[in-house]
Order: sequence, then C-alpha cells, then structure tokens
Amino acid sequence: MTEVRVYHRPVSVWWWTKKRSYFVFVMRELSSIFIAWFVVYLLVLIAAVGRSEAAYQDFLDWAGTPWVVVLNVVASLFLVLHVVTWFNLTPQAMVVRLRGERAPAAMVIASQYVGLAVVSAFVYWLVTR
Amino acid sequence: MTKRRVEPFVWLTFSGGGVLAAVFLPVLVLLFGLAVPLGWVSRPDREHLLAVLGHPLTFLFLLGMFVALLVHSAHRFRYTLYDGLQLKMTRTIAVLCYGVAVVGSIAAVVVLFTVA
Repeated sequence: MTEVRVYHRPVSVWWWTKKRSYFVFVMRELSSIFIAWFVVYLLVLIAAVGRSEAAYQDFLDWAGTPWVVVLNVVASLFLVLHVVTWFNLTPQAMVVRLRGERAPAAMVIASQYVGLAVVSAFVYWLVTR
Repeated sequence: MTKRRVEPFVWLTFSGGGVLAAVFLPVLVLLFGLAVPLGWVSRPDREHLLAVLGHPLTFLFLLGMFVALLVHSAHRFRYTLYDGLQLKMTRTIAVLCYGVAVVGSIAAVVVLFTVA
C-alpha cells in the first residue's frame, strides 16, 4: 500500500482564547473535572458519615476551611455552566412530541428547570427532614 | 472492532451522567458543599443520614449516579484534552481517563457498601 501523507496545519494550543464562543466551549468541557471533584467530595463525605460522629464533624470542619470553600464555589460555577448548556442543548439533541406536534425548544428547556426544582426540593426534604 | 461496539454505550452513559449532573448535583453540592459546612443549614443528624444511605434504593441510585458521573467526566475530559490542548495521544489518554473512572467506580462501591 502506498502511504498517504496528509498535511495537517498545526493548530495553536491557545486557539480557544481567540473567540468568546470557543472559550465558553472549552470552559463547558472543563466542567468535567469539577464534576469528578464533586464525586470524590461526596464519597469522602459518605465515608466519613459511615465511620463515626467525630469523622463526620471533622469532614464538615475541613469543608468549611477557606480553600475548600473557594474550590467548591469555583466548582459550583462550572456546574452552573454545565446545567445551563446541557439544558439548552436538549431540544437540539432530541425531539419531544406533544400530541403529534414538536414541542417548542423553550418549552423543553423550561420543563427541565421544573424538573431540577422538583428534584432539588425532594433531595432537600429527604436530607433535612 | 471492539471500539465500535463500546463507543455507543460510552456516549449513552455520558448523556445519562450529564442529566444526573445537571439535575441532582446542584442541590447536593449546595447543601453539603456550602450550606452545611458554612452553617446556613443546621447539620443533618448522622443517624438520619445513615438511615437514608442504608436504604437499598438510595444505594442503587447513588451507585448508578456516581458511575455515570465518572464516565461522563472521563469521556468529556478525554475530548477536552484532544480538542482543547491538542493532545493527540488518543489511546493513552482514553486509557487514563476511563481508568480513573473505573478506579472511582470501585471506590464508590466500597464506600457505599461500608454505610449500607
């Protein structure tokens, strides 16, 4: 077989800083790191709750220290970016039909926020009751 | 060939994880990441949390959620490195990303079993 050599124009590592929409795209993709962080955080919390009353309190004390709070605030901002972009993409990723008609995108997006509110209320009730 | 068969399931889990992250993570993070440690909400009783965590439905749900979130995160980060940082060592990156997700999933099983 003859080897086909294709020329790839080199792309700068900083290509995504050139345009606002590219920047938001890369920030959205970076939300993945913070979602992994929250999984680790919640697992450490659950492990502490399982260990003892003291371990649970120690975890909360650690979670209240400034650098953990700053990290969680930054991570939450990335999570908000994930939520907004994910909900906005849904009408493009799937077609929702209502009585044979395609549901308007705004309705699909709005119903997801209703879902978010219902789930949040339920989890809050379950945890704090 | 195997890659072809696995890929759709990875995308499916990616989507599932994306939905769970958007719908369930905000309240959990707001509660346990900020509100409780900073004292905005009184600390939930440990006995109560153990009762909630000990329920089989909570166990199954949390396990599924953690695994889906980890796969979602690994899959997305894999492409962030590929497109964002222009790292083209495709295979190494895939193995590392999904490897971390697998290790995390095992940790989730272990942790959830200790409180179940």
